[in-house]
Amino acid sequence: MGQGKGEPEVSLRAWWAQQWRWVQWAEFKPALGLMRREIKDTMRDWRILAPILLLVTVFPFLANTAAAEGLSFVNQYGANLIIERMFPFLMLVVGFFPSTFSLVIALETFVGEKERRSLEPLLATPLTDLQLYIGKTLAAIIPPVIASYIGMIFYTLLLGFTLGWWPTVSLFFVAFVLSTAQALVMVSAAVIVSAQSTSVRAANLVASFIIIPMALLLQAEAGLLLFNNFVGLWLIALALLVVTALFMRMGIALFNRERLLGQEIDQLNFTKGLRAFWAGFWPRNGLWHLYRYEVPHLLRLLRPHLVFTILVALGGGALFGLWAAQRFPLPTAAMDFSQYADLETFSEAIEASGLLSGFSTWTIWGHNLRSLLTATLLGFLSIGVVAVLLLAAPIAIIAYLVPQMGGMGINPWSLFATGVLPHGIFEITAAIVVTAYALRLGTVLLRPPEKDGGMMDLARDLGQYCKLFLSVVLPLLLLAAWIEAEVSSRLMISLLSGL
Amino acid sequence: MIEMVNLTKQFETVLAVDGIHLTVQPGEVLALLGPNGAGKTTTVRMLSAILKPTAGHATVAGYDVASQSLEVRRRVGVLTESPGLYQRMSGQEYLDFFGEARGLAPAARQARIADLADWFEMSGVLDRRLGEYSKGMAQKVALMRTLLHDPAVLLLDEPTSAMDPQSARLVRDTILQLRSTQRAIIICTHNLVEAEELADRIAIIRQGRIVVQGSPAELKTRLLGAPLMEVRFSQPGLNGAVSLVSRFAQIEDVGVDSTKMEFIRYRTDRPGEVNSAILAALLAAGMSVFSLSEVPQSLESVYLRAVPRAVVADKQGLSEGTSAAAA
Repeated sequence: MGQGKGEPEVSLRAWWAQQWRWVQWAEFKPALGLMRREIKDTMRDWRILAPILLLVTVFPFLANTAAAEGLSFVNQYGANLIIERMFPFLMLVVGFFPSTFSLVIALETFVGEKERRSLEPLLATPLTDLQLYIGKTLAAIIPPVIASYIGMIFYTLLLGFTLGWWPTVSLFFVAFVLSTAQALVMVSAAVIVSAQSTSVRAANLVASFIIIPMALLLQAEAGLLLFNNFVGLWLIALALLVVTALFMRMGIALFNRERLLGQEIDQLNFTKGLRAFWAGFWPRNGLWHLYRYEVPHLLRLLRPHLVFTILVALGGGALFGLWAAQRFPLPTAAMDFSQYADLETFSEAIEASGLLSGFSTWTIWGHNLRSLLTATLLGFLSIGVVAVLLLAAPIAIIAYLVPQMGGMGINPWSLFATGVLPHGIFEITAAIVVTAYALRLGTVLLRPPEKDGGMMDLARDLGQYCKLFLSVVLPLLLLAAWIEAEVSSRLMISLLSGL
Repeated sequence: MIEMVNLTKQFETVLAVDGIHLTVQPGEVLALLGPNGAGKTTTVRMLSAILKPTAGHATVAGYDVASQSLEVRRRVGVLTESPGLYQRMSGQEYLDFFGEARGLAPAARQARIADLADWFEMSGVLDRRLGEYSKGMAQKVALMRTLLHDPAVLLLDEPTSAMDPQSARLVRDTILQLRSTQRAIIICTHNLVEAEELADRIAIIRQGRIVVQGSPAELKTRLLGAPLMEVRFSQPGLNGAVSLVSRFAQIEDVGVDSTKMEFIRYRTDRPGEVNSAILAALLAAGMSVFSLSEVPQSLESVYLRAVPRAVVADKQGLSEGTSAAAA
């Protein structure tokens, strides 16, 4: 290769780097070709171009006029701080409106082509699913985002030159990042909708599920701007970027040429869904087979989610609790052990705290049941995040309290062994299983469909969850509740009353 | 070059393609004939690696359509049922985009587009927006798109639909020119004349199954019986001619045609021998024979006979399609 002696490692690395760049470029280049075509097409559609141009040119003037009028009005009452805090909000609004067109373009991107029957020739080319997805997503994002940047810059210049108000660099920067992140979320969600819909009309109907939360978010941003809370704005931007990443992952996982072409009618197939649920739920060969084969199989299936739950919820919760115990130690007199004098006093104290209606096996069991079902629901809606946090919270509390008992003359290990371990070993196990399953349910649409589509996978997973819940979680919770009511509490009282 | 083995496609509740067995060799043109909803387009979509078979398998140019879809799509040219053009692009831009999507270098695709434009007589209109094209012109652009990468396998779904007779003739001539020893072509069509003209082999598909397949001549023989011959007489009076002909072949019809000429029609599966014997006998008997020729039997007759047969077979639970497929 014409390389000098003594340089083989460097040249090999360079060669590999070159190959890698080439592979990446080869993957990306066709996507860029598709993106160029789509952008060209968008720029030739006056129905998209005209409103964007109006929003970029006329709307900043309107916003600026509104700001000027507002300023002169509130100046009469010396409340100019309020309107000055609203200037950046108007900047966000000026940026938000053009970026909503990204939604229109993205919604149209697959299903519109399908309606015009131009999708099939495109699908018959050697473009990969990823290239199609990247090309179309970029094409939907770039024109509206550039338009929103132009609108925001224009508004800022108008505001600066007419009212003499200039945003700080950090405000300007966060406004741009927020606008971009909002457009990214809308596009990534709309591409999923477009790829799963059968008509543009159906896609537009579903789009309200995207635009309404975004409008609410804009109001939340207004509130944060009013209180000059930049950290909150950055956190929103970060959350939006995380949601974008998840939506993109979901979009790529769910992208399916066959579904794009094959599905003609939007319908929820309840019978098929019910059948998938039943297949996941009902034990195939009686109870012995259920516990001998099906439950271990389900737990094996859950292995990555279990590992994640144990590491993040248990490990993370415990570390956070221990850190908090170091950072914010309880004063010695903070704990009142008089309520642990006997079981009756303890039960009354629990009842008075409002945590439980009474201290018995059934109330504890009911409470835990409700908590875990709520965790599942919230976990499903939050890609598993809330479920993990709900498990991490009590672990953190235990990890926070137990080590501090030493300072109060109680052996923490004894307290842990008597008050937590006897029932906790069953209760926490049940909670780990439920949290892991909530994580699986929450991420079901992020992974490629296993058999016949994401919704059927969800129905099957839900059936399996119910099976595991009834066969494992429910008995574990019942046992834990009985131990907690009858054993742990007595052990703990005998330990604490001896103080 | 194209091989389908028990190729099956089941949508939610519809069995669109039901265990097709077909092979198309390089240099061969196969016409898939069938009524609407018979499974022709689904078959083409599976062969172009857009849809995945639910059972069985197919290979195209040596690649499996399910597991090597990218390689298949690189080698196949698909003319879709509808041209599906981007209305706001010019013909030149459109073809350039698809050339790029197929990985052709800029210079190569420009040269190829120019060649195809000459071939399809579209050179003067490629700078116009596709939305301004007539249906025939749109179909020509779609065909040019299909041929951009000079594919080894061509799948043409209704190639001359919506075309005026002149453009349809051009497309049919193009398909005839595209035949080569290296290329396999499948045409889906309702146009029986077109199928007969272009195809080496015809497969009639109904409800996702191949009802019957073979060369046009084989199908005619199989479904319509032995060739039908007609001998016409220039002088009136068939005295003795009917009994003479019936000594050699089974008489089908006797009558007078629109030009007042009397004729006798007979069937024979050995026309070479029988025709000369009949002719010799008639001439020896002093009959004034005007002509002796085969009565053309259209593919339409074959189709109209094959499809109702399959319906009857279906009703009886004796699917000829299954046996044909198994064969």
